[in-house]
Amino acid sequence: MLRYTVERLLWMFPTMLAMSLIIFVIMHATPGSPLDPLAANANPLTPQAQANMARHYGLDKPLHEQYLTFLWNVVHLDFGISYVQKDREVSTIIQNTFPISLVLGSLALIFATTIGLTLGIVAAVRQNTWIDYLATSVSMLAVSTPNFVVGVLLIVVVALGLNLLPIAMTSADLFDPWSIEYWSKNWTFWILPTITLGVGPLATIARYTRASMIDVIRSDFVRTARAKGLLEGAVVMRHVLKNALIPVVTIIGPLFAAVGTGTFVVEFLFSVPGMGKFFVTSMSGRDYNMIMAVLLIYGFFLAIMNIVVDLLYGFLDPRIRYN
Amino acid sequence: MSNGSSPVLEVKNLKTHFFTRTGVVQAVDDVSFSMYEGESLAIVGESGCGKTITALSLMKLIPHPGKIIQGEIHLHSDTGDVDLVKQSDRQMADIRGNKIGMIFQEPMTSLNPVLTIGYQLMEPLKLHLQMTDEQARKQAIELLRRVGIPAAAERLNDYPHQFSGGMRQRVMIAMAIACSPLILIADEPTTALDVTIQAQILELIRKMNQDLGVGVMLITHDLGVVAELCQRVIVMYAGQIIEEAPIEEIFNNPKHHYTIGLLRSMPKLGPHVKERLVPMKGLPPDLLNPPKGCRFQPRCPARQAKCAETPPLMPMGPRHRAACWFPEEHGA
Amino acid sequence: MSVEKVATAQTIAVPVAEEIGEVWLAPKPTSLWRDAWFRLIRNKLAVAGGIVVLLMILVAIFADQLMPFPYDKSSLSHANEAPSATYWLGTDYIGRDLLSRIIFGARVSLLVGLGAQVIIVLIGIPVGAVAGYYGGKLDSYLMRFVDVMYAFPQLLFVILITTMLGASIINIFIALGLTGWVGLARQVRAQVLTLREREYVKASRVSGAGGPYIILRHLIPNTMTVIIVSLTFGIPLAIFTEATLSFLGQGIKPPIPSWGQMVGENQQYLRSYWHMTIFPALALALTMLSFTFFGDGLRDALDPRMNK
Repeated sequence: MLRYTVERLLWMFPTMLAMSLIIFVIMHATPGSPLDPLAANANPLTPQAQANMARHYGLDKPLHEQYLTFLWNVVHLDFGISYVQKDREVSTIIQNTFPISLVLGSLALIFATTIGLTLGIVAAVRQNTWIDYLATSVSMLAVSTPNFVVGVLLIVVVALGLNLLPIAMTSADLFDPWSIEYWSKNWTFWILPTITLGVGPLATIARYTRASMIDVIRSDFVRTARAKGLLEGAVVMRHVLKNALIPVVTIIGPLFAAVGTGTFVVEFLFSVPGMGKFFVTSMSGRDYNMIMAVLLIYGFFLAIMNIVVDLLYGFLDPRIRYN
Repeated sequence: MSNGSSPVLEVKNLKTHFFTRTGVVQAVDDVSFSMYEGESLAIVGESGCGKTITALSLMKLIPHPGKIIQGEIHLHSDTGDVDLVKQSDRQMADIRGNKIGMIFQEPMTSLNPVLTIGYQLMEPLKLHLQMTDEQARKQAIELLRRVGIPAAAERLNDYPHQFSGGMRQRVMIAMAIACSPLILIADEPTTALDVTIQAQILELIRKMNQDLGVGVMLITHDLGVVAELCQRVIVMYAGQIIEEAPIEEIFNNPKHHYTIGLLRSMPKLGPHVKERLVPMKGLPPDLLNPPKGCRFQPRCPARQAKCAETPPLMPMGPRHRAACWFPEEHGA
Repeated sequence: MSVEKVATAQTIAVPVAEEIGEVWLAPKPTSLWRDAWFRLIRNKLAVAGGIVVLLMILVAIFADQLMPFPYDKSSLSHANEAPSATYWLGTDYIGRDLLSRIIFGARVSLLVGLGAQVIIVLIGIPVGAVAGYYGGKLDSYLMRFVDVMYAFPQLLFVILITTMLGASIINIFIALGLTGWVGLARQVRAQVLTLREREYVKASRVSGAGGPYIILRHLIPNTMTVIIVSLTFGIPLAIFTEATLSFLGQGIKPPIPSWGQMVGENQQYLRSYWHMTIFPALALALTMLSFTFFGDGLRDALDPRMNK
């Protein structure tokens, strides 16, 4: 198990390298540059000034040199300077914004898994009752509705219509995930973004859990458990649940991806000052350093999460042993 | 052993029907029989004849959309006489795995793949006998040893996929007899196994029956298996009992034409066998619309006009009953 | 014992006929497509979804006739108007008719959805079929590449490509196509892997047919159900991705409308003029839902075993 984990972690290096190369090539092989006057948010500069800037940022060097310099810097956690937010280090921007996205994503995932699993389990155990029909149709709706549509509806109904919750994070308090004071003052801001981001994954988890539970409930070993004299509750808790979770775990990987890209949308919609919002603005500004940093961090997290999921899989299913 | 001892189980007029979208399937239709203490009883019939549903009805584990719609199932134990049909889910749970144990056809899928053998084996012990972990562990090792699993103590922490099919069926048997039940229901316990393993498992069941005095109810379509293990045979056809007799009677003096057909289609071993196998014509009837009268009559070679009336189980000899208007006369 | 009467009746019926040599009345021979059609129209949700999808296609085709105003005609004197007899769904912040923009948006969404599928089919089917049929090293290389593509979220790649190439409709469906074919390739490969061992394929190979012939003649026609199902789910996925992209301001550029773009543009006015955001949002939700219902129904109809 340990060897497998280490091997998987080591494999991440070539993967990340390949990813950075692909992104680098796509960015530089296409027309336009961060200094291009046509790019949005970039100042129109004279060709002379552009050349000076290019030299200053090393954009005039051959591509392979640029790439190697970039790699060398990344190893030192230096992602360079943001071309759009001038004079600001990309690493500083990320340091300030990434924790916000991470907290938002985690909240959404916790929300999605707890409610999604519960809903799926209840629907499966009470199959063909009104609870089941309600859960199934709600998750059907939620799975096929884009998250920004959900967000807009929530804003209109909950925030504007019923005036229950605030829309945007306008608090002057600096974000500090470890401060109880921050949360006690600002927790209401986080509710709508969390729900908006989490509701799609929630529905997916609920659907998979229900289907998988129903599958397992019909299996021979569950009949054995009943034949042993276990009550239905114990049968579900001890014999069905663990088996039913195995296929559900496989979708958690793609769900991480969905939540990750979802943060862009949700942060944009609710004015959450997270990394996703910066990413969107950096895109139109061809902010090479920022784009690269965000994509790499994103890929890194995804890779880590996939390893975690695989390990969880092995933990749940004794038939899988890594060696 | 069955002679003179008292019945542990009396089934009276049991009807288990399935309410499907296409209609009511009369899977078990007015079945009555008794089982005696320590007896080994076989319920025989083709697939779809209701034998498995009969067994599941005794456990009240009938799959959806099946229901017991009529009848009584009396279980006589040292704690008194209860009608299982009237028991609540909670009361039934006290009986399952405790008074009645059951093993199934598919040993490969009948054990939970994500739990250790030890855990699964200790579960009924802790549940019904209120054993502590330590006691249950000791008892589990003892049970595994008893069903012939080598290195029992070490194997307790293994998972089902680390066992072969035969070994898993042994574990299933250990689990089913863990609480010394009155009855062990074995539903086609050897069908999914290799022939050599089959013999071992049957031998094990016989040992449990003789050494521990557990009553064995063997559900099977294989008369060969019955001959090895059982004292008495019930033959079912289309949801009903059509013949019931001690094992020698069934083989030497079968009365119902369906039983005769079953015997003819079974290969015999021995130096003097010259008989050809005769396959039975046709298929069991559709239980949505069973034939009127005798349900075997469309396939019966001795069919006559009277067969349009339903024959009751009629005495054919000592402890021998058959539901046929024109039973076979064995002159020769 | 099985309670599914139909299933048992069918599985048992065959040996009887052979055994007793009686005339066995087979059910009327029905083709796969006919069966699927009947299963599909029995599914109410799928039918409802299909009708909405059909309506949307009609709206997209006849958008020019249906629009009460040109989608890009702004009229500052009529800016921010609430729904009225003239402007059924109201106007946006520069006075463009929302209904007209939503109608034209249907065309854009559908175009992107279908356009992306063309590219997905052109890449996904050959890659999947070749990998599945020839197997070996080629297969493992192709599939490793597919795995890498699969692990990385589509939206990020699409954003990267469209920001670099510029966000025209064509570039958007190129980006969607280039990133979206992996799922189809995987499914086609899996199907081909099982089909490859069928008797008729072996027979064809023995009688001297070459790989390309077998792939085109035997394998791809038999993966048709998988392809169709994949496409019915692929279209809403592409529409969804385009909407998200446009919502973030990285997709379809104004004045050409897109539902996602309309939601993104107008959401800053949510407080005062919620109708500007809510109608395109609802159009999008309805479309996605209809495609999902229809796709689910179609999948169940084409292969009842695929789902449960």
